[in-house]
Amino acid sequence: MTILPDDKLAQSSTDTALENAAIRERWGNFAWTEENAAKATEIIARYPEGRQASAVMPLLDLAQRQVGAETKTQGWLPMPVIEFVAAQIGMPYMRAYEVATFYTMYNIVPVGRFHVQLCGTTPCMLRGSDDVMAACKNKGLVKGKTTPDGLFTLTEVECLGACANAPMVQINDDNFEDLDYDSMTDILEKLANDEPVTPGPQIDRQTSCPEGGPTTLKEMAQ
Amino acid sequence: MLDDKDRIFTNVYGFQPWGIDAAVKRGDWDGTKALMAKGQDNIVEEIKASGLRGRGGAGFPTGLKWSFMPKESKDGRPSFLVINADESEPGSCKDREIMRHDPQKLIEGALIAGYAMRARAAYIYIRGEFIREAENLFAAVQQAYDKGFIGKNACGSGYDFDVFVHRGAGAYICGEETALLESLEGKKGQPRLKPPFPAGAGLYGCPTTVNNVESIAVVPTILRRGPAWFAGIGREGNQGTKLFQISGHVETPCVVEEAMSIPFRELIEKHAGGITGGWDNLLAVIPGGSSVPLVPAAEIMDAPMDFDGLKELGSGLGTAAVIVMDKSTDIVRAISRISYFYKHESCGQCTPCREGTGWMWRMMERLREGKADISDIDMLHEVTKQVEGHTICALGDAAAWPIQGLIRHFRPELERRIREYAGENEVLEAAE
Repeated sequence: MTILPDDKLAQSSTDTALENAAIRERWGNFAWTEENAAKATEIIARYPEGRQASAVMPLLDLAQRQVGAETKTQGWLPMPVIEFVAAQIGMPYMRAYEVATFYTMYNIVPVGRFHVQLCGTTPCMLRGSDDVMAACKNKGLVKGKTTPDGLFTLTEVECLGACANAPMVQINDDNFEDLDYDSMTDILEKLANDEPVTPGPQIDRQTSCPEGGPTTLKEMAQ
Repeated sequence: MLDDKDRIFTNVYGFQPWGIDAAVKRGDWDGTKALMAKGQDNIVEEIKASGLRGRGGAGFPTGLKWSFMPKESKDGRPSFLVINADESEPGSCKDREIMRHDPQKLIEGALIAGYAMRARAAYIYIRGEFIREAENLFAAVQQAYDKGFIGKNACGSGYDFDVFVHRGAGAYICGEETALLESLEGKKGQPRLKPPFPAGAGLYGCPTTVNNVESIAVVPTILRRGPAWFAGIGREGNQGTKLFQISGHVETPCVVEEAMSIPFRELIEKHAGGITGGWDNLLAVIPGGSSVPLVPAAEIMDAPMDFDGLKELGSGLGTAAVIVMDKSTDIVRAISRISYFYKHESCGQCTPCREGTGWMWRMMERLREGKADISDIDMLHEVTKQVEGHTICALGDAAAWPIQGLIRHFRPELERRIREYAGENEVLEAAE
């Protein structure tokens, strides 16, 4: 562990204070868009009276998506936004903050326009997630960081539950499966050039059906 | 091999549309009212008679679990059915296929199971990363409401039943039933102490049963075709059909519904195109998702894939997530990566798990390079024993078992790496 000298510590805490002031300035007036306000009401109604706290997870997700839409990224949760959500359901800020920091899908720092979540867990590792990672690296993506142009954030995530289609990545809301070095490179290039990409398996295969056609229920495939 | 006529999940690959009209054509929601008219206790008895054991990993008899729910509410508390769709165990990818391609089976099962246990509503807790799957599920629930299959007077049965979908946000631990309940209540997903068990005080302090997606989705078909049909597939105590998920070093990885107790070799040959490089190239198999110990090639080849058969091999069926590893695998790295997974996913509540998972992973990384002493292997084994059984939930056990399996079956490989590393360094020192 590095221990900062006192003057550096003071400097760093001043930086944080300035950053916080800027974040509050930018997001202090956060409020739902009209569409999201209606969605929030619908979400809260899913849970019994007096149990509105249950809505904290879907509301944080909704808020992150709204921040994303406003910043043209995949969104994140600045402190004032978490405060806003907590206030709506009458939950102490700290409880909502605990939730926001506990679950990996809430971004507590800004991310890029494309959030590349690469699965590196054993089933993906066995089928070549190292090559997929290499493809990302060669396109300038750095694990845990956003590219300087703000386009890509690369995160290595734990098993995303598509193991029969390994290796895979999730980019924003879509899975890209059965990848290799070339197909991953191709996807990143297309995204960077604003060209359309096709989610799902990147080889000739229907979802998790064996490659080459089903071994069961063949008439269903016709 | 299971006959096509005995397969429950007829749209597992999504060749057909997932919407409700196509689902009804495939036989879902056929005479649901009549199934419910069998009566609550009869439904529970039929599920018991079918031999259905929970498909989420532990294999607890489903009918028996339902029978723990109170038959009447003495204090006005409602009961809940919670469906665990937080599929996150490395290797597992079956519930995903049900939810995106056959969601009505799950919703119909939720109604029948909920009715049998006298629940007022079902909450389906789907993992956050299943974004497209959740979209299908939300839409499927709405379609079922629109048809009058759920909601007030569900299917004309006179029973009111709601189904809600709740998305998680990325935490493996929420697959543990009490952590899932905490999460559903809007808290961090940290497991609760048991007792009280969920059937006494679960969601919002009300009686609750938590079941896996597959366990619930097979219920309507079991009741339609009769428990004897389901019980007639597989070995005694391990009956029924099962979605197997085959990943790793096979020619064609896939998800497939098969009979329980199918021999490993048949499963792989019929559906996965064989082992990469042939059967002689098989090194080891993790037969039930990352948390069960690996089984070496020779022992697994002709073993029956069911709860008891794999238990005899010192492993388990778990979720039937079969991770195949051929001889090109760096077996220490494969297990070390699993250790990293558990370190990442430990919720931090219990000290043995919070500290132990990190320690075990760091030791595994040293063993991967051989940068350790022979005695470290025993120390690691000792630490896994200190973590196992000393935590509130089973995550500590799940982190310990893969390492124990590795040491049990691959100790010579660990020692070889240590000697090789030590040998290389001696040479370097001598050269200097």
